[in-house]
Amino acid sequence: MKLVIKGGRLIDPKHGRDAVTDVYIASGKIAALGAAPAGFIAQRMIDATGLVVCPGFVDLSARLREPGLEYKATLESELEAAMAGGVTSLVCPPDTDPPLDEPGLVEMLKHRARSLNKARVFPLGALTQKLEGRELTEMAELSDAGCIGFSQADAALTDTMTLMRALQYAATFGFAVWLRPQDVFLSRHGVAHDGEVATRLGLPGIPSCAETVALSTILLLARETGARIHLCRLSTAAGIGMVRVAKEQGLAVTCDVGMHHVHLSESDIGFFDSNCRLVPPLRAEADRAAIRAGLADGTIDAVCSDHSPVDDDAKQVPFGEAEPGATGLELLLPLSLQWAREAHLPLDRALARITHEPARLLGIAGGELGVGSPADVCVFDPDAHWRVDRKSLYSQGKNTPFLGARMQGRVCCTLVDGHVVFDRPHGREARKQATT
Amino acid sequence: MRNNPQINQHGELNHLLTLEGLPREILLHILDTAASFVGVAEREVKKVPLLRGKAIFNLFFEPSTRTRTTFEIAAKRLSADVLNLNIGASSQSKGETVLDTVDNLSAMHADMFIVRHAQSGAAHLIAQHVAPHIHVINAGDGRHAHPTQGLLDMYTIRHYKPDFGGLRVAIVGDLMHSRVARSEIHALNILGTREVRVIAPKTLIPSGVEGLGVQVYHNMAAGLAGVDVVIMLRLQHERMKGAILPSAQEYFKYYGLTPEKLAFCSHDAIVMHPGPMNRGVEIDSSVADGAQSVILPQVTFGIAVRMAVMSILASSGS
Repeated sequence: MKLVIKGGRLIDPKHGRDAVTDVYIASGKIAALGAAPAGFIAQRMIDATGLVVCPGFVDLSARLREPGLEYKATLESELEAAMAGGVTSLVCPPDTDPPLDEPGLVEMLKHRARSLNKARVFPLGALTQKLEGRELTEMAELSDAGCIGFSQADAALTDTMTLMRALQYAATFGFAVWLRPQDVFLSRHGVAHDGEVATRLGLPGIPSCAETVALSTILLLARETGARIHLCRLSTAAGIGMVRVAKEQGLAVTCDVGMHHVHLSESDIGFFDSNCRLVPPLRAEADRAAIRAGLADGTIDAVCSDHSPVDDDAKQVPFGEAEPGATGLELLLPLSLQWAREAHLPLDRALARITHEPARLLGIAGGELGVGSPADVCVFDPDAHWRVDRKSLYSQGKNTPFLGARMQGRVCCTLVDGHVVFDRPHGREARKQATT
Repeated sequence: MRNNPQINQHGELNHLLTLEGLPREILLHILDTAASFVGVAEREVKKVPLLRGKAIFNLFFEPSTRTRTTFEIAAKRLSADVLNLNIGASSQSKGETVLDTVDNLSAMHADMFIVRHAQSGAAHLIAQHVAPHIHVINAGDGRHAHPTQGLLDMYTIRHYKPDFGGLRVAIVGDLMHSRVARSEIHALNILGTREVRVIAPKTLIPSGVEGLGVQVYHNMAAGLAGVDVVIMLRLQHERMKGAILPSAQEYFKYYGLTPEKLAFCSHDAIVMHPGPMNRGVEIDSSVADGAQSVILPQVTFGIAVRMAVMSILASSGS
């Protein structure tokens, strides 16, 4: 299949490209940029006039809810949502039911995902069996089965000896360990950031030190063991400050934040909006500002959707009983664009945090559109306005704090391996009619 | 910030969920209306026909005798039909959700729900869910709010000390877990109280509480100095011993209201307590039963205040 994307504004953060450039694709790879290679005859032409052409997004956390939690979402529905959001590679955490602690489960998931022919799925294996924090999993076997790293997801690992052993073992093989720093005891019973809003609403709090206490343990053990650590979903100004110092001292850690935390803070809980019940909790305005500063100066490597579809029944309960999480795959792009506008960042720098940077820390091909790289492409309309509502989301989870919000920027077309896997019905045509 | 869910588009009180952000006029209107109901109990026929034919459901997801009873009495004095449901013992244990329960009762033509729930925000959830003609009164949700208790405390204070602008009020005890304290703090600030203080050890002070408009003290002598109103909070049994407090004895010694500590206050200070009291834990019997105590009048006024809230809600939107 040979294909050309014509007339679009190509933004490729890795190569510092931002100009109207035609993109030629052959055999699932970027064949040429600008001028057609000799003898290139396109079987399909995508007219991207007025649109942006960029690498498909690389999402460091999207829960697909398979196996075991299909009442919340299925691989079909969530990979469709990924396509609609321009996400071509995604990492799924191991907190499925059962958890991804056996090679067979991982192989099955990879096989199911491949057969759907949509986004590339990179599972994280469970760091400990059943995520119970006691016994190590067969990391090498799991790696062979396709795991890209190992994680406890949101499950506790209180035993620091087990944590150290797990890091040592992972370091033996050079496997990355993904940890979300949160002290089990300091966060016990908590459902919101411990501060004035939680106090006003009478919600049990999770103090910032729940993050920093755990983070200091992890950073010390990272030094001790030499393990490659990726820190997930940092949420506090103090935590980001610690990572900044650790990086300055040369420690090989990377970190990400959830997209919701770039935009929202504790006050968005309003009158107990259970869609704002997230893990980690939405924190104070100063924390949100620190997250933005950390993204701008490179302390934070990537923004992820932290996509967590939750069924309505689990959200239609009092705030403290609501299941945490928000759907996010389809909002990753418009919210990244909004962040770029608000922070006066060039588009390529904002897009780097959802393309090249996460791909680099994962060590995967993709996240760029250099000649020879996989043709994982997102074509989006930066000026399209749309409203987030239940019908506009492909994800089975309709749980988002942005329900009803206006968004700017929408994916028109997504390619994986040079194949068009998503083409928004009437998307571009409708806009063209509207503008003429 | 989203629209205040307890005020309808005409600016009327449609539900009573919290005192936070309640317009001062509405708060005063409730207190004035309550004043007109105080006399009802002293009549030979203790009833007025304001809510005749209305069905009021006491929807208690958390056990309570006192609060439920006062709401029941208030509703009956307004001639409403009252149904008491102790959900804790039935539907919830069968796995029915809060909103399923509410839908079922709504189908039985309820006009008003009085809701108590262990989770903060439960009354908001229900108010956002019910049909527009149904009113919701929060009778206590988690640590969040207990607005009728806050109102009856304001009624009591106003009865004895009418000028809020000159008052120093201290709230003593378990601020961390107290929905009563939160409602009182909001109401006192809305009414322009000169000074609102909270006094407790640091383990019982929620973070950022200063943002609600209070001054924090950890020492009774300093905190009580010159105050006109002392509100003692109940300390739950499960919190008397453990990682929050070492013992009830030590708590009483440093934070219990004794005649000696009462002497730090203004000479004509009044002493309040939302009940039920733990004598010898947060309050000494001689203070609870003493001349400055207004704890029993609080209960009496409570019924009038709840009658006022119910009648005001029932007339909104009509």
